[in-house]
Amino acid sequence: MKLPKFKLERRSTPPLWFQILTPVIAVAISLVISAIFLLLIHKNPFTAFYYMFYGAIGTKFAFKEMLVKATPLLLTGVAVAIAFVAKYWNIGAEGQLYAGALAATWVGIMNLPLPRAIYILLVIAVGFGAGAIWSLIPGYLKAKFKVDDVVTTLLMNYIMIYIVSALLNGPWRNPKTMYPESITISQNAFFPKLLPHSRVHMGLIVAILAVLFMYFLVRRTKLGFEIRATGTNPRAANFLGINTIRAIILVSIISGGVAGLAGVGEVCGVHYHLIQEISPGYGYSGIVIAMLGRLNAFGVFLAAIYFAIIITGAQMMSRSMNIPPYIADVIQGVTLIVMLAMLLLFEYRIRREK
Amino acid sequence: MSNFLTVTFWVGLLAATVRVSTPLILATLGETFAERSGILNLGIEGMMLFGSFAGFITVYFTKSLWLGVTFATLSGFLFGVFMAFLVVTLGLNQHVSGLGITIFASGLAYYLYRAIIGSPTVPPTIKAFDTLKIPLLWKIPVLGPILFNQYALTYIALVTVFVARYVIFKTTFGLSLRAVGENPEAADAVGVNVYKTRYIAMMIAGSLTGMSGAFFTLAQFNMFTFDIVAGRGWVAIALVIFANWIPVRVLWGALLFGGIDSLGLRLQGTAIRIPFQVYLTLPYLFTIIVLIFIARNASYPSALLKPYRRE
Repeated sequence: MKLPKFKLERRSTPPLWFQILTPVIAVAISLVISAIFLLLIHKNPFTAFYYMFYGAIGTKFAFKEMLVKATPLLLTGVAVAIAFVAKYWNIGAEGQLYAGALAATWVGIMNLPLPRAIYILLVIAVGFGAGAIWSLIPGYLKAKFKVDDVVTTLLMNYIMIYIVSALLNGPWRNPKTMYPESITISQNAFFPKLLPHSRVHMGLIVAILAVLFMYFLVRRTKLGFEIRATGTNPRAANFLGINTIRAIILVSIISGGVAGLAGVGEVCGVHYHLIQEISPGYGYSGIVIAMLGRLNAFGVFLAAIYFAIIITGAQMMSRSMNIPPYIADVIQGVTLIVMLAMLLLFEYRIRREK
Repeated sequence: MSNFLTVTFWVGLLAATVRVSTPLILATLGETFAERSGILNLGIEGMMLFGSFAGFITVYFTKSLWLGVTFATLSGFLFGVFMAFLVVTLGLNQHVSGLGITIFASGLAYYLYRAIIGSPTVPPTIKAFDTLKIPLLWKIPVLGPILFNQYALTYIALVTVFVARYVIFKTTFGLSLRAVGENPEAADAVGVNVYKTRYIAMMIAGSLTGMSGAFFTLAQFNMFTFDIVAGRGWVAIALVIFANWIPVRVLWGALLFGGIDSLGLRLQGTAIRIPFQVYLTLPYLFTIIVLIFIARNASYPSALLKPYRRE
């Protein structure tokens, strides 16, 4: 029997319904694949996913907790997406988040005599700055010296995490508890709560503003055009008179700064002090979110909410059914790969050869 | 500080250097094969971690260390095939495919470890490899303890350097490998199967990476912890550039990194007032600085990151 032959054919522009449907199908396929790993440890995937969604959106309390998780994910998602648009391969959002958290704590524990509004603006500014600097180093090295950004951003994550560890085990160690955690930051640097009886804080508004900012930056400004051109074809961009070095450097500052804000939110909105476990990998989740959201502001918004549901829900699933919460990481990895494969259908259509 | 001057200190340092370089040598050689064929394998960190888990869990149940090494290698092999499927057959973006594999493989290792072992307060241990003294040679003063009283996997890594050099530069496969990494169209025109060559390269890369992971849980330590690989995979990516895609230089690069790593560990005991985490950052800082100096002159394989589609 002769097998039918298939051929990939380049398509022009995919229709809009197709662009919307792709991530939805990718999510569905990735959940089916992830179910295999639940079956592998003899757990019923239907019950498991029920608990997962119930534990994230089933009750008012769960929904609010989901919003708390969505806050840093929106920010790291935006940070990575902006970087990827310019093909600045920023895999360092995790380290930039820690840099932002470190800076916010530093200013926060100084107990400066400032009114609350000013203090909050100050921690936001230094957090943004610290993340921006931590990302500017690899961005500058890429733009000026062609140093591989993937490797430098990744390695700088480890350096920053060790710096935080050195501070928490040394000068910043809490003298009362003797735990490796900083003392509580000034109450005037606390982010206000958005909803009563919950941990939802002002960071969520910052995060949503970041999504809107990304939309306007990328789609509506001259710099956005330059960033897109640099990402699509740096040579052509140069030919058009675009300073691609400047574009990469600016992108690295913005991207790192936004990732730093995620760290500020975790310190000033959730924990009120710095701990080593301030992020369970939000920076890496940002990569998955940026890709699932197709580097598009609205897409990133939906993808961040989706993964906030997965991460929050995995906790509930873990408690109720004794499933390791790391299933959330498995789902993220599978989703990233499936989404990437689905994007292939954007560029090509499969045709049966006659 | 006086112990810096003793022979014992230096012999100990150099022996430790060779020891901790082992996983880097194996993984970087693997990455050299992948990149020589035109594939940047960012799945390396996850493959290493999964290898260290697979090796540990096999030994935990079977008590057979070599079976552990075999399964670690096999797990890497399978991830290698998967990576090849994504970037060779489907022609997907290599950066994102590799990161996807790293996130997936690490998540799966944590997930399975928790499902099988649970979360006991003291993590379970296995009886790890002992060092293997090479008869007679290990008694040579200075050189003996540095080179000939190492783990079996270390000897394997050292031999692999020269096998890799032979395969890449002296065999027909090596010629095809270099050809598909430089100019796949031309290689195809003279009858080299680009897809097959890249698949084989990823199989070699995955296997060596998986085996490198086993070194952590079966030799250097005797348990599995979540931060056991700690970015060594990313360091391997940097070392390939440092080595200019040449196996023997991979050896020097890995030893240099291993040297700084073990020097840092030793300095922890001696210096005062400097937190030990500062020493832990040294290898990463060093890697970045080296990259800055060599980036301009790095001769990347021309077809790196480019999928090949036959028109």
